[in-house]
Amino acid sequence: MITVLLFAQLQESLGKEMIEVEASNISVTELKEQLKIAYNLPQIDHVMTAVNEEYALPDDILSSGDVVALIPPVSGG
Amino acid sequence: MDNDFFSIVEEPIRVEELIQKVTRSEAGAITTFLGTVREWTKGRRTLYLEYQAYKPMAVKKLAQIGREIKDRWENTEVAITHRIGKLDISEVAVAIVVSSPHRKAAYEANEYAIERIKQIVPIWKKEHWEDGEIWIGDQLEKVAYPNGVPSISMKGDIEE
Repeated sequence: MITVLLFAQLQESLGKEMIEVEASNISVTELKEQLKIAYNLPQIDHVMTAVNEEYALPDDILSSGDVVALIPPVSGG
Repeated sequence: MDNDFFSIVEEPIRVEELIQKVTRSEAGAITTFLGTVREWTKGRRTLYLEYQAYKPMAVKKLAQIGREIKDRWENTEVAITHRIGKLDISEVAVAIVVSSPHRKAAYEANEYAIERIKQIVPIWKKEHWEDGEIWIGDQLEKVAYPNGVPSISMKGDIEE
């Protein structure tokens, strides 16, 4: 099980703060492709990804228990 | 220590307390930057802003900015607080304080901090206008991050 956290516009368009995905040993890119199709999220291509609170690369492999955060372009300050 | 110097809060930022954190005898300068809520942007009137953060990661990234600054400017001390939730016009959204023996480093490091916040800290701003609302992204006008990761090892000049 991989936990996916949603923020900002992604949180609003899906109407939830979190998704649980039954998967492991998949790459960040593969997870994003799955989510893109399952939830109709074309904008996910422009979203960064953090795994366990650190920015991840597209080829990083996810394990069960990982917490993935989808991070749209940030706008703090 | 990091947790004390770098924080995300939901109540008004107490700037004086933040300044106290970096005050020390070696310092000859303390720069304070306050990011405040602007009413007019390109002719459009903002009623209020709403900020959201991925809190634990945001605190870590603020602390990372603090470490980057200490690597680049010798003998600096940094503290940053970002506020989230609903903010009205003129309220302080972010406060950055830097102390250093001489003023040049304190000024430069402070500007570096706000630029880095806009690159790597997972905080989002939602504009509420008279005629609508939208989550703001990509203030530095970079559409995508080539590696899927912002330039964490940025060593060059600060981008405008």
